[in-house]
Order: sequence, then structure tokens, then C-alpha cells
Amino acid sequence: MEGGLVLLGGGGSSGVSTDESAVSKVEVVSEASSFPAESELELGLGLSLGRSSVGTTGRTKAGTSSWGECGRILTAKDFSSVVSHRTNNGGPSSVAVSETKRAAESISHEGGSPTDVSQVVGWPPIRAYRMNSLVNQAKAPRVEEDKEIGEKDKPKDALKKKLYDSSAVNDKGHLGFVKVNMDGIPIGRKVDLNAHSCYESLALALEDMFLRSANSVGAGMEQVTKPSKLLDGSSELVLTYEDKEGDWMLVGDVPWRMFLSSVRRLRIMRTSEANGLAPRFHQGNERQRIKPI
Amino acid sequence: MQKKMAYSFPDEVLEHVFSFIQSDKDRNAVSMVCKSWYDIERWCRRKIFVGNCYAVNPRIVIRRFPEVRSIELKGKPHFADFNLVPDGWGGYVFPWILEMARAYPWLEEIRLKRMVVTDESLELIAKSFKNFKVLVLFSCEGFSTDGLAAIAASCKNLRELDLRDSEVDDLSGHWLSHFPETYTSLVSLNISCLGSDEVSFSALERLVGRCPNLRTLLLNRAVPLDKIANILRRAPQLVEFGTGTYTAELRPDVFSYLAGAFSSCKELRSLSGFWEAVPAYIPAIYSVCSRLTSLNLSFATIQNPDLIKLVSLCPSLQRLLVLDYIEDSGLEALASSCKDLQELRVFPSDPFGVEPNVSLTEQGLVAISWGCPKLESVLYFCRQMSNAALVTIAQNRPNLTRFRLCIIDPKTVDYLTHEPLDVGFGAIVEHCKDLRRLSLSGLLTDRVFDYIGTYAKKLEMLSVAFAGDSDLGLHHVLSGCESLRKLEIRDCPFGDKALLANAAKLETMRSLWMSSCSVSFGACKLLGQKMPRLNVEVIDERGHPDSRPESCPVDKLYIYRSVAGPRVDMPPFVWTKDEDSSLRLS
Repeated sequence: MEGGLVLLGGGGSSGVSTDESAVSKVEVVSEASSFPAESELELGLGLSLGRSSVGTTGRTKAGTSSWGECGRILTAKDFSSVVSHRTNNGGPSSVAVSETKRAAESISHEGGSPTDVSQVVGWPPIRAYRMNSLVNQAKAPRVEEDKEIGEKDKPKDALKKKLYDSSAVNDKGHLGFVKVNMDGIPIGRKVDLNAHSCYESLALALEDMFLRSANSVGAGMEQVTKPSKLLDGSSELVLTYEDKEGDWMLVGDVPWRMFLSSVRRLRIMRTSEANGLAPRFHQGNERQRIKPI
Repeated sequence: MQKKMAYSFPDEVLEHVFSFIQSDKDRNAVSMVCKSWYDIERWCRRKIFVGNCYAVNPRIVIRRFPEVRSIELKGKPHFADFNLVPDGWGGYVFPWILEMARAYPWLEEIRLKRMVVTDESLELIAKSFKNFKVLVLFSCEGFSTDGLAAIAASCKNLRELDLRDSEVDDLSGHWLSHFPETYTSLVSLNISCLGSDEVSFSALERLVGRCPNLRTLLLNRAVPLDKIANILRRAPQLVEFGTGTYTAELRPDVFSYLAGAFSSCKELRSLSGFWEAVPAYIPAIYSVCSRLTSLNLSFATIQNPDLIKLVSLCPSLQRLLVLDYIEDSGLEALASSCKDLQELRVFPSDPFGVEPNVSLTEQGLVAISWGCPKLESVLYFCRQMSNAALVTIAQNRPNLTRFRLCIIDPKTVDYLTHEPLDVGFGAIVEHCKDLRRLSLSGLLTDRVFDYIGTYAKKLEMLSVAFAGDSDLGLHHVLSGCESLRKLEIRDCPFGDKALLANAAKLETMRSLWMSSCSVSFGACKLLGQKMPRLNVEVIDERGHPDSRPESCPVDKLYIYRSVAGPRVDMPPFVWTKDEDSSLRLS
């Protein structure tokens, strides 16, 4: 497998890479064969050492995984064609960038996760602690308010307009990892909110994580359109979140983007405990169905 | 005759001599001289460092070293920092605390990194160690302010409480009030990671006011700018200070009060915090700048020219952490004003932007390499690099010991020649003979690994991502890097062959991490079977590896040497050569 999960924005070639080796890198790799072969290694040096032919198979089977990587999985082959164009001559290479953007749009999946930013997990290697601060600082400017303690969305002045223009593209910020705890389970998990574009896919991912055994193959192959029990109140568990003000709310009441900007962490709790929470429960018997965006 | 002399040397004398030997490596060497030295040494070893908590178990440690006063443990692999290790993988400290509570009642110091620490563990620490002095929780998680309250309430001799970068469940800011009024021994407090909006300011001020030995105080974001001055005025002896959120509407009275507070801190040498810093309040720290040796502006949103002006006022600076707002021009200014600079870290302000938002290129780092003769540690995020720049940096700064370069787009080529960056990194390892830590980025072929295997003889830690062409690359590193202890690899085309051919090497290292590479489960099982002193863990959340075709590589692989045997606390998504599920949790 080459390159694994790479920039979603890379390359325009279609289809999942199968047993093609890195042919686009011939001119580089040929240097390798000029080194003396280590006798004890007997590698039979070549471009492709019987490398796995299906790359990240488990994840590409259905194109999605329970972690909700809703885009197509690219491999180095897709990527290398972009690399050869990437000539950062001291500034943005507009050709490569627009190619990147078009390519990204052409492969965007029905899951609809953001395609114009890097989706590689853990890259660039910036610690979660720092990412959180970046996200909070890069949020779109809001109306000037009185300075509240710990208020994270401080108004910014014109000096920083440049900063916001570029990050408006990914105004969700990239750190989407929030903690999820479920009643009765001591160890929490983390979920990447940015890998989801709607409540349904998030709820399904959480169901996979907590309500199904890790051994079931094919977990995560659900269609995104199937309704989630966590959201419609039909199961004994309900999905809640803590917002910026520290209040616990039912998930699903506000538009997805508004949810993203205020959620701090999630909790799956028993319906019986959730009674003090919800606007939704006060609306009589009306059940809101959350429609995917 | 000589034998007789050795035997007649009393133990107490040897113990006294050994007490001057502090470093772990030297202590280990001492213990291997002869059996009697081994015995004497083990009884007087007071400090233990366990680089991988699963390499050994508490019982083995306690059996060998019965009189330990200080322990340091590290848990999860480094890539856990970037969310590559699933939650629940491991690194639980509780079993250690449990055993040590029994065996080391006089334990004074616990330092943990990347471990899961529960409130239960903290409560047990608070209860068990009467002379407890130092608690450092570096990048830990799993605990809440309730656990901290227990520590505050019970540890009468606590000197140091450092929670740096940990994830704490903030249930209440009132844990600080659990320090009794009689408690005055605090020397160092780092709560910068806490998010709590309800830090009790009065409790904090009182605590600071009654601890005359307080040297280090790193506050969290919730502490507003206008509260800092009062805190500083109560602790003018501070050496290291971290502000909270450093923004407020400019008010002359607040400003001058704050500036006065800073200027009264004559011992202040290190500043950090500065979240959301506004330029208007930066001059409040000018009076301390000339004495500053360490400055962390990596959360500060100030840009040039304010940033350049600030940095130019700090000629004694040895350590600078900053965002790329400093740009090449700021680094040039830094290079001319800070001749004592030893460590530089430049972080990206907008890592996911498609286009650069600042003018920070390889030129900034080159300028630093020209201007700062003492530079030895670099962490640099940028978007373009050239072999020529790297060669220049290497030639200018052969004294580099840590060089971590992150070119933000994977596989970026040399922007001048469009070639891979093999030659540039090759120059780094060739010239910097004492290089201990290296992180690679950009487009790299097997050639760079050949250079590394050939030259990087002192290299202890190597981080590789999106690089290489074949197993030969991995083989170069494993066969050539004599001092290698930690190797972490992601998204590289390395497979079974190099791994199996260098199996013995793995026992000389602390650990190897490989994720999104081309290693098969069969090879992992084979390795685990052939090397009983290695734990070979396949971390794969897609279900049992045998449920996928033979050719499907494992998702993540973590191999580490251990004398403790296989773990007993593995979660369901970790697979080893033993498919015995009775070894599992749940």
C-alpha cells in the first residue's frame, strides 16, 4: 500500500488504486537499484515488493468506515500526479491549487464531508492541545461583545482579516475530535465531528462505536440514509451534548453547523435521565426527523 | 591482592560514591560491574525512569529497587498525540499506583507522560504517600478536577503540580480551594491546560499569596488579563509565569497596573500563555524582556511588526516558541538580536489553509542558522523547502541535536529543482554528527534512508511520514542507525521483508510504530513468535485481521521490547500472535 490515506485534494484519477505500483515515481525510484543490494536481505529490489494490492481494503470496501471518512480513499498514485505539478515557487501555485480543488470536488462522496482541506488523520502533526487553540482562534469574527471570561470567540480587528479570509474556507476548524462517553462504560471514545456532515452519520458512527462489537466486520458499511435510533427517541438511549456554556442539550435540535460551533463533548445517556434537557420533549409528541443536509 | 581490596571496601562507602551518580545510564552501567555492585546499587537507587510502561511491570521494578522515591512512566506511543492511537489502547497508571502504594510508602515524585490517569488513581496517590512532593501529568487524560481536589486536600508537602497538556474533565474550578489554608509549600503550579471557566480567583490569589517559594505559575485561559497583576504582585519572586487569555479593552489604568506588576518581578525569566494576545497589552511585559530566556508565544495571535518588536527586545532569549506570524522577516530580526538562541519552534497558524496565509518560507530558518551559533533544537512548520536551504542549514549548524521539519503538504518537492529532498536531509545527518532526533517531510525516496543509515550514528528517534519507495528504505535505517531507540513511521511503503530481516534490531530499541504501511498480519505473527521478548501489537479496528485477505496490510503496528510478557489489559482492537481472547478485557 502506498501512501495510505492521503490528501483528499490530490489527483484527478478515478477509481481505487489496485495493483498498480508507483509507476509515476519511476525516475526517482530507479536510483534505489543503483545501491548495492544487501546480501543478507535478499530483497529482490524492485518498485513493488509484492505490495498489498488493495491498499486500505478494509476501508475502501464501501468507501466509508465507522469513523465516517466519507470521501473516497486516495492512494499515492492519485497523489503523485499532483505532486509532480506542485511547484511552490515561493507562493501558492494557483494551477496546482485549482487542480486540487477541482479534483477534490469531482471525487466528493454522497457523504459530503469537506473536500477542500486535508483529511489525513493526524497530519500535519500538531498536538490536539494546540489544535484546539487554533480552532478557537480561527473562528469567524463575531460582533464585538463585552469581554467575558473564557469567551473563546473574541472579536478580532482588521489586522487579522487576512487570517480569517483564509480560514473561512475551513471555518469548522479542523480539530473535530470531541469526547464521547456512554453511561455505564467507563472509558470514553473520541469522534471526529469534521468527518460528518449531518446528525445521521454522526449518530450511526456512535452506534457503531458503542452499540456494536468491534469484531463485526462490515460495521460501518451502513448507508448514511438509514435513520438512527439515537436521534429519534425510539431507543432507551439518547444522544446529548455539552455546549460552550456548560449546558447539556439534546443533539439534533439546532442546525448542524450551529451544533458544530457550540459542542464541547457528547454523552449517550439513558432516556430516563434526559428529562430535564430537551426543548424537543416539550414539543408534545411531535418528533423531528433529522434530515441529512 | 586486588580482589581482596575490592571485597574489603565497605558497602556504605560504595553507596556514598554511587549517590553522586544520578543519570540512569550511569546507574545501569554501575549495576553491571559485578554482583555486589548490582546489589548495593539497587538498594540505593532512588529514581526510576520507565520509558515504556509495558516494557516492565510494577512487581519487577519493586522487586529490584525497593527504595525508590521518584518514578517516571511513559505510556502511549508518540503518535497518540496526533490521534493515531485509538482510545482505550492502554497506558493505565492505576496498576502501578496500586503496587507502589504498598511498596513505596515514601514515594515523593510521580511523573507520567501519555498515560491514562483516573480520579481513583489520584485519590490513591493522595492517600498513600505521606511525603508526596511532585506530580507531573504530561499529556495525560482520564481524570477530573475531583481527583485534583483530592491531591490538593491531602498532600501537605506538595511542591509541584504540573498538568501540562493534559485533558482534564473540568467539573468545578473549586478544586483549588481544597488546598488548606495551612498549606504553603507550593513551588510549581501548571494548570494551563484547564478549561474551567470557574477558576476561583480568590482561592488562586490566596494560594499564591501564602506560598513564598512559588517559582513557576502557569495559568489557564480562564484567568483574564485584569486579574494577572494582582497575582504577580503577590508573587514577585516568580521565575516562570504563564498568563491566561491576554486580551482586554485597552484601559490605561489596567495597563499601567499590569506593567508595574511585571516590572516588580525581577526574577522572571520565562513567559508563556498569551492566548489571543492583543498588541495593545504586549508592551506591559517590556520591562522583563531583557532578562527573558524563554518565551512561548505559540498561542499568541499577534503579528508583525508587533511580534518583531517584542522579539528584538529579548537579547537573552534561549528558547522561543512562536507561530508562523513571525514570518521570514521576523526570523531575520531574531537571528540578529538573539545570539543565545538554542531552541526554536515555529508552529503554523493556519495548517489547513489551502494557500499560505503568511510569508514564512525556508528562508527564515536559513537566516536563523546563519545568525544563531548556539542553535541546537528546531521544530519548523513551513510550506516550501529546498535541498540548497537544508544543505546551508546543515553546514552552518553542525551542532544541531534535534531537527524536526514539517513541510505541511506531504511529498512536497524541492521547490527550486523539483527533486526529492533526499540530498538536503542527507546533509543534515552528515554534518550534524550529534543529531539525536530527526523528523522528515517532503518528497523522499529510499536514498534519504541510505544517508540516514550511513551517517546518523547518534540518532535516537526518527519520525517518518509519506516517504520512501521500498523495504530497502526501512532496512537502511534499521541496519545502520546504531543508537536508534524509537522509530515511528506512517504511510510509507515498507513491508514485511525489512522488518523480518532486522528482527533482532528491534530488541535493541524501545519501540517501533508503523501505521498505514504494508506489513501483513502473517509477518506480525511470525515476528511475535520468533521474538519472545518483543510484544508485537496489531492495532486494527476493522475486526480480526484474519477476516481480511492475506494481502491486506495491518492498519497499525506497535512493537516494543518487554520483559513483562504480553499485556493483560489489551482492548478488543489489539491483536497479537496469541489469539487467546481470555487475555482480553471484556
